[in-house]
Amino acid sequence: MSGILVLAEHEGGKFRKGAYELLGKAKELAATLGTSVSAVVLGDAPCTELGAFGAAKVYQVEADFSQYNTLQIVRALHAAVQAADPDVLLISGNYIGKDAAPRLVARLGTGQGSDCTELRVEGGAVVGRRPMYAGKLLADVKISKRPAVFTLRPNSFPQPTPAAGGAEVVKIALAADASDGRVTLVERITSQVKTANLTEAERIVAGGRALKSLEGFDTVIRPLAASIGAAAGATRAASDAGYTSHDEQIGQTGKIVNPQLYIAAGISGAIQHLAGMRTSKVIVAINKDPDAPIFEFATYGIVGDLFEVCPLLQKEFEALAKAG
Amino acid sequence: MKVGVCIKSTPDADTRLKVAAGATGIETAGIKWVISDYEKGALEVGVSLKEKLGGECVLYSVGSGDTEKNLRDGLALGGDRAVMVDDAATKGTDALGIAKALAAAIKLDGLDIVLCGRQATDDENSQVPAMVAELLGWPHISFVGAFAIDGTDFVASRNMGGATEKVRGALPVVVTTEDTIATPRYVKLPEIMKAKSKKLEKKNLAALGLSAEAIAPAATFSAYSPPPSRPAGRKLAGDAAAQAKELVRLLREEAKVI
Repeated sequence: MSGILVLAEHEGGKFRKGAYELLGKAKELAATLGTSVSAVVLGDAPCTELGAFGAAKVYQVEADFSQYNTLQIVRALHAAVQAADPDVLLISGNYIGKDAAPRLVARLGTGQGSDCTELRVEGGAVVGRRPMYAGKLLADVKISKRPAVFTLRPNSFPQPTPAAGGAEVVKIALAADASDGRVTLVERITSQVKTANLTEAERIVAGGRALKSLEGFDTVIRPLAASIGAAAGATRAASDAGYTSHDEQIGQTGKIVNPQLYIAAGISGAIQHLAGMRTSKVIVAINKDPDAPIFEFATYGIVGDLFEVCPLLQKEFEALAKAG
Repeated sequence: MKVGVCIKSTPDADTRLKVAAGATGIETAGIKWVISDYEKGALEVGVSLKEKLGGECVLYSVGSGDTEKNLRDGLALGGDRAVMVDDAATKGTDALGIAKALAAAIKLDGLDIVLCGRQATDDENSQVPAMVAELLGWPHISFVGAFAIDGTDFVASRNMGGATEKVRGALPVVVTTEDTIATPRYVKLPEIMKAKSKKLEKKNLAALGLSAEAIAPAATFSAYSPPPSRPAGRKLAGDAAAQAKELVRLLREEAKVI
């Protein structure tokens, strides 16, 4: 067999945005390669729906996946790869892509291109392109063994529009394995962050140390973000200073984000922060210092005091929302 | 407790990188090589565990950059001894090849814990630690912000994006650390002197029961280039209110993102 296999992640039976994103890209690549797309789903989810997004077959691994278990996930993906025998395996570059994918790759004895932002077909094979060195360089990554595994930076590709079509569902029973229990969950603490998952957010409003305090962040950044349905984010300096939790930190040592719109308020643009957001489509910089490096990356820049500009901007956004 | 810490020699974060001729890598001349940022936290955790529980903290690295110097840096920060995989055949290998070399070296030492940074600051693969765990047949825990030993068990908090999970299990284990896990200690001059006489063992692939073929890469990198420059940005004019109005218009009509 051959083709492209996509891990379609879901949360409680609802497919994640990233699942559709990867299927959309896989469909495009498969058309060029003259091959087919299949999906792997872990646990209960409406698998046939994926047919509308180009999956001809869906390998549904049947087991209890209600708790995240690396060893179980690797076993499940391994079973799906055995069944589908794909040329290419695509996995979203979120936790599962960073935690489970490389272990699977070692088990398969193949290779992985991590955190790709582009995929293309060259010489009959899929080639990934990806940022490295905190985004200072890009490089192509090619995998010479099967399956070629690529993890993709979320939001790199557009959401596809569904077409007519169902999918054949192939069920894979995953036998219990006592070794999965080598790591057990003690406690799960869901993040206090109520806004959209940062790595998948379409819009982000981020603040830096210039916010001066937790109150500054809560009264300027969060309401501005709320006014356009954006997630709030912060620089390392701001989260270290306690203005936000580390869950909201964007940068090389935090979340890597890739939104349509990134509003940076009071952020100077240190290389470590840029590493986390430089692939954003539109970047707006609001900063008092006209020489701040962030302006070199900004699509639109406002030189001014964020405490003055942000509330005005919020008012404009709110007026726009009201006008519909 | 025998703790291993894997470190990678990477260019200092402030380095201005140049693409080497042929575009298959970077120009290495004049680079200041340092221990990859995330591994500084891993090293601190490893050294603290050993100080608290006794035993040994061993550093592992596969030659790249200035590995020998960075291993000495790690010894000055509290490592007891170091193992360097030193073999020309590791140069062109991939993450799985590196993992095979590290796993083989670790196996010879019989460790309880292996700590690694969650990613290296150069290729940012986030692959090697999970691969080492797979090759050793140990579980691994990724993106750990807190780690402790409780009897013969480990307890780790992993950051999963949107949730933090506290997990436990029996040793041995491979752990990848967030840089927030610990603040690296300051190195003291006497420690630098002492580090010079600590054992740094170089091993080639044959000594690890490996060969160039065994670590032949499946993943290869090419066409390095700086990212395409963003189109020149525009600074808006007028007072704050006028700028806010104009920005919203541009985001709506020109960029079409709201």
